[in-house]
Amino acid sequence: MPDLLIQLAIIITKIVVLTFIVVLPLVPVSVYFERRFSAVIQDRVGPNRVGIPFTLLGFKKDFHFFGLIQPIADGLKLFLKEDFTPAHVRKAFYWLAPALTVVPALITVCVVPFGSPISIFGHTEKLVIADLDIGPLFIFSVASLSVYGITLAGWASNSKFPFIGGVRSTAQMISYEIALGLSIIPVLLFYGDLNLSKIVQFQADNGWLLLPFWKNGQLGHADLNTLLYWIPAFIAFLIFTISIFAETNRMPFDLPECETELVGGYHTEYSSMKFAMFFMGEYAAMVIGSALIITLFLGGWSVGFGLDAYIAKFEIFGIGIGGFIHMGCFLTKLIAFILFFILVRWTVPRFRYDQLMKLGWVVFFEAALINVFLAALILAAPQLKGVIIGIGSVLLIAVTFAVIWVAKVSEETPKVLRA
Amino acid sequence: MAVVKLHRPKLNFGEKIYFGALIKGFFLTMTHAVKTLRGKSVGAKELASSGLGITMQFPEQRWDEHLPEYYRGAPALVTDEQGRERCVSCQLCEFICPPKAIKITPSEIPSNDRWAKVEKRPLEFDIDMIRCIYCGMCEEVCPEQAIYLRKDYLITGLKRTDMVHDKKKLYEIGGTRVGLVNKWNELK
Repeated sequence: MPDLLIQLAIIITKIVVLTFIVVLPLVPVSVYFERRFSAVIQDRVGPNRVGIPFTLLGFKKDFHFFGLIQPIADGLKLFLKEDFTPAHVRKAFYWLAPALTVVPALITVCVVPFGSPISIFGHTEKLVIADLDIGPLFIFSVASLSVYGITLAGWASNSKFPFIGGVRSTAQMISYEIALGLSIIPVLLFYGDLNLSKIVQFQADNGWLLLPFWKNGQLGHADLNTLLYWIPAFIAFLIFTISIFAETNRMPFDLPECETELVGGYHTEYSSMKFAMFFMGEYAAMVIGSALIITLFLGGWSVGFGLDAYIAKFEIFGIGIGGFIHMGCFLTKLIAFILFFILVRWTVPRFRYDQLMKLGWVVFFEAALINVFLAALILAAPQLKGVIIGIGSVLLIAVTFAVIWVAKVSEETPKVLRA
Repeated sequence: MAVVKLHRPKLNFGEKIYFGALIKGFFLTMTHAVKTLRGKSVGAKELASSGLGITMQFPEQRWDEHLPEYYRGAPALVTDEQGRERCVSCQLCEFICPPKAIKITPSEIPSNDRWAKVEKRPLEFDIDMIRCIYCGMCEEVCPEQAIYLRKDYLITGLKRTDMVHDKKKLYEIGGTRVGLVNKWNELK
C-alpha cells in the first residue's frame, strides 16, 4: 500500500511540475518573445517597461528587467476584464469551446520526454508523465480534438465572422492532418518504435535524425544507408513542420482568425478569460508542436555529439542531475524552435485560401506518400538484391512523375470565355 | 480608348517552388533584427534613436532640441519688454477659436495705472487645453501679438480643472517676448 501511495505521489508531482511549472509558463514567455522579436524585426523596441514599480515604494529606480513581467500584466488584465456573453450566442457550446481548445493542448504534454531518467537515492524515474508506447499517435489524436473547440466557438457565436473562421479551421485541419500523419511514417519506420522516450534515447546514442554524425557515443559519420536516409527524413521534416504550422493556426496559415478578413475569426465574440483560453490554447499547441518536432527530428533532450552518456551519469550527493541538464537542453531547443515559429510568422505573408487547400491536398499529401515509399526503399535496400532495388527506384521515379503530371493537368486553368 | 492587356508574369521553376523566396525573406527579417539590436537601423541616427531600432524612448529621451521652428505647442500669453500684458482683451481669439477653447473676461484698466492709455486688459483668460486643437488661429488673428503657440507639448493633469490654463499659468508658460507693437508706449 505505501508503494502505491509513493507511486501516486510521484505521478502527481510529475504532472504538476512538468505541466504547470515547465510547460504552462512557456506560454507567456513565448507571447513575450513574440512581441519583442516582432518589434525587433520591425525596427521597434517592444514592451520593455513593465517591471516591479519600486518608485511607488519610495525607491529611486524602477526594476524593468527587459519587460519580462509584461505577460503577467497582460494575464492580470484579462482576468479583470468583464466576461461578456452576448445575448445571441448558444450558451452551452459557447462556454464549452474555450476549454476544448486549451485542454487537448495541455493533455498532450504527458507523452513528451523532457529529459533522460533521473535517479534519486538509487530510484530511477523517467522525466515523462506517461511513458506511452503510442506517443506520436496519442498526440495526433488528442491534439486534433482542439479543432472541435474552434469549430464550436465559430458555430456557437452565432455571428458571421466566427462562423466563417470555424468552417475554415475545420477544412484546414482535415487537409493538413493527413499530411501530418503520413509525413512521420518514414520517421517511425526508421526508429521502429512509437515510444517517444525510446526514440529520443535512440537518437542520443546513434545521432539525431537530421544530424546523424555519431554512433554508439562515438563521433564520426554514419554508414551510407543512414546518410541516404537523411533525404526522406528531411522531406518528412519539411512537411511535418509546415503541417504543424497549419495545425496550430500559425501565421502563414492563420486563416481561421485572419484579422484583415474576419475581424478576429472564431474568437470575435469572446472576451476576458475565455479569449485568453483560446490564446493560451494556440500558444500551448505551438509549444507542443515544436516539442514534437524536436523530439522526432532534432534529438529531443539529447545534447548530441556523443556526450549524452557522460551527462546522464552526472551526480551530486547521490542525486543524478544529468536528467536536469538534459531538460535544460530540451527547453533551450524548444525556445529556439519557438523563436523560429515567430520568425516565420513575421516573415511569411498569409496564404490565400485556395492556395492553402492546394498546398495541403495536391502538394503535401502526394509528397508525403511518395516519401513513405522512398524511405521504405532506402531502409530495405541492404536486405534486397540489386535488381529489386533498381526496379523499385525506377517504379518510384515513374510514380513520382505520374503524380506530378496528374497534379499539373488537374491544375490547368480553364479557358476564359469571352463575349 | 486603348485597351492594355496585362498578363501575369510567368514564374520559373525556382519561383514556383517558393522556398528561395522564403529563405530570402528570413534573411531580410533577420538582418532587420540584428541591425535593430546593434542600433544601426536605417534612420536611427537621424531620428536620434535610443539604440534599439529607430525608436526614441520617451521619458528618458526628449525630442525637444529637434523640434522645428514652426512647431505648434501650447498657446500662451506674453508680456512685452516693459512687463506690460500685451493682451487688450479684444476677444478676437475667443471668436476665431474653432473648438471654442478660449474664454476671456475683459476689464478696464484704472486711470491711475501706468498703462491707463491701453484702456483694457483681461481680468480672466482661460484656455481649456482639453478643447484646444493647437491650430494656431489665435496667434494668427491677434492684433497685439499677445498670444503665441510655444513649444510645450506635455500638457497633463489629473482633473479636468487642471487642464484649464488660467491667466497666471498662461503668462508663466509665455514669458516675455520682445516685439514690434510699440503703440502703447508712453513715449509715443
